[in-house]
Amino acid sequence: MTGTYLGMPAFPDFPAFPAAAREAVRDEVLRANLRHATHTIRDKRAGAVAELADWDRLRAAGKAVKDHTLRHLDRYLLQLEEAVTAAGGTVHWAADADEANRIVTELVRATGEREVVKVKSMATQEIGLNEALEAAGIAAYETDLAELIVQLGHDRPSHILVPAIHRNRAEIRDVFRTEMAHWGRPAPEPLGDDPRELAEAARLHLREKFLRAKVAVSGANFMVAETGTMVVLESEGNGRMCLTLPETLISVVGIEKVVPTFRDLEIFLQTLPRSSTAERMNPYTTMWTGLGPSRGAEGDGPTAFHLVLLDNGRTDTLADEIGRQALRCIRCSACLNVCPVYERAGGHAYGSVYPGPIGAILSPQLRGTGSTIDASLPYASTLCGACYEVCPVAIDIPEVLLHLRERVAQGGPATRSGVRVTLRPADGHTAERAAMRAARLLLDRPGALRAGERLLARARRLAPRRLPGAGRAWTDSRELPTVAAQSFRDWWDRERSDPR
Amino acid sequence: MRAALFVTCVNDALYPRTGIAVVRLLERLGVGVDFPAAQSCCGQPQYNTGYRYETEPLVRRTARAFAGHEYVVTPSGSCAAMIRQHYPRIGRKAAAEGRGSELAEAAAALAPRVYELTEFLVDVLGVTDVGAHFPHTVTYHPSCHGLRGLGLGDRPRRLLAAVKGLDLVELPGAEECCGFGGTFAVKNPDVSTAMGTDKITAAAGTGAQVLCGADNSCLAHLGGLLRRADSPLRTLHLAEILASTEEEPLS
Repeated sequence: MTGTYLGMPAFPDFPAFPAAAREAVRDEVLRANLRHATHTIRDKRAGAVAELADWDRLRAAGKAVKDHTLRHLDRYLLQLEEAVTAAGGTVHWAADADEANRIVTELVRATGEREVVKVKSMATQEIGLNEALEAAGIAAYETDLAELIVQLGHDRPSHILVPAIHRNRAEIRDVFRTEMAHWGRPAPEPLGDDPRELAEAARLHLREKFLRAKVAVSGANFMVAETGTMVVLESEGNGRMCLTLPETLISVVGIEKVVPTFRDLEIFLQTLPRSSTAERMNPYTTMWTGLGPSRGAEGDGPTAFHLVLLDNGRTDTLADEIGRQALRCIRCSACLNVCPVYERAGGHAYGSVYPGPIGAILSPQLRGTGSTIDASLPYASTLCGACYEVCPVAIDIPEVLLHLRERVAQGGPATRSGVRVTLRPADGHTAERAAMRAARLLLDRPGALRAGERLLARARRLAPRRLPGAGRAWTDSRELPTVAAQSFRDWWDRERSDPR
Repeated sequence: MRAALFVTCVNDALYPRTGIAVVRLLERLGVGVDFPAAQSCCGQPQYNTGYRYETEPLVRRTARAFAGHEYVVTPSGSCAAMIRQHYPRIGRKAAAEGRGSELAEAAAALAPRVYELTEFLVDVLGVTDVGAHFPHTVTYHPSCHGLRGLGLGDRPRRLLAAVKGLDLVELPGAEECCGFGGTFAVKNPDVSTAMGTDKITAAAGTGAQVLCGADNSCLAHLGGLLRRADSPLRTLHLAEILASTEEEPLS
């Protein structure tokens, strides 16, 4: 069984990573935008991390808490459900994207509203909630500045934390000018491309939405099992507006976001802001337990709270001994900012809401390796290890990439919808496999290897400048190394051989 | 002291000068060199592309070829990292799949005896000044597997800094990957070329005459880009610079 996972927008016709990356590599503006943004943020992150003498211990502690929680996920989820319910919330369980979208749509419909405001959320993007709501006649307004830019621009996010990282200021101004009026308050005229002006335009546009909305949809960075507390970290305060103003709050959260105790947050509230935005302390950290702080009486907070716990391939991922560490991810995006491949290919090439190194290991696990894009993602890395080095929960991304490459190239055991299956190798690897076998046969016979080397050395004057087939990819941009007249082996035999 | 040379398949066929340089360097430092002829490729191209089963015979072969050698030295951080980090994993997986513990034992026995060249020089021999002479401006690119996989740190730079006549200039963005990545260079040619082009642009910008590295695979990629661009900057393996002396300068 190599089927595509059904519950998630699977980008079924999306091209393989190399083809998708080609366009990005050739887009000079995009490359300049990405280079500037990723280098700025990676340098700042390095500085913010270096300030903490106990960073390595924090990293180890974060990893340990996540691993422990994942090992006992069943227990902590039930504890969470109990705590959320006791605090006046309602918990819903969604096995896949379709079920989650259906639950949210029905909850919104029950309020009688036709629009919702949204806190930036990876989980709702993962399941394509905005599209599902739109199909049901409900408008979903993104309120995070970058998400707003992406939504108004009919674009897709290209970064986990900075969804509009691929856009520069002039492009953003143009989007605001042409699109804002279609959805609410138009952009002020004239509008320059100064960040302050752009932020003010967004603030005025969004304010209308905050004050009008009766329903908000959010995700959560963490869920605390012992108290039923949900936690959202953001930089702008727009999320807090959504979390406190509307009457109904619906939070869609991946099941891996649970941590056992309130105290565990102390680790992540240090590591997440420093890893993601290089901030010592997160600007807006909103926590809510069940209904608003006043339980529906006076004060801030929703009078109805629904928590939709999303699986969508997570328990299947959890069943994989090596791949499960991807579920430790706290979505800080440090791995994107440091990745040299992401920097050149851009986020859209990954064909998923999770781009970069973490996307390359998360998407093929959540969706399966059946589609062209998912089978190519494990190869979208040079295995340089920079992602592992910066990961605040020590996900060994190169190790998981190798594990998934094996799954793609050779097939093997995997879990799909809770069932253990044996995957066949992905399509298109027949020639490669034959080449690897041939190489192994040659390399495992030093006599044959030496004969091959000599043949190559003798024919070296005939070496072509351009290679056919797979080798063409090399010679299109690079000269081939020259074959030596005599191999090291032959030199050794002539100069040093001393039959001992 | 004696050490066995694991020359690696790339050096054997394409860069024999690097292997020869290691032999001359070690002998100059009083280390007797053995070259077990049964050695072959470490299997990294196969393993990194997802062909673990195709890698197993090469793990077995490498372990056998170097059984009984106390020190195995290789002029490649990448191949050293393959043996140190991945051989034990491959062995454990074979055992977990019910194919016996032989491979795991062989891998565990080999891994700690393998040294990348600069580790061997600095940690085992305890030298940073190897008596080399190379009167040129050099910039150094640390390859990822040596840098992050093995944690070579500043060993290569310390060795280079002690070479007489050598002017070492820092490479901006040195710790960023060059874009080779084994089969990545062929599977993702556009991104690979973009990364390599940025690397050679940075290297050329230092004004160096030589771009030095400790992994010929990365240098093959960067050298190929440099030659296609008709750049005067040339690539050289660290071992060749360290082998060069006033009496026997690098030709």
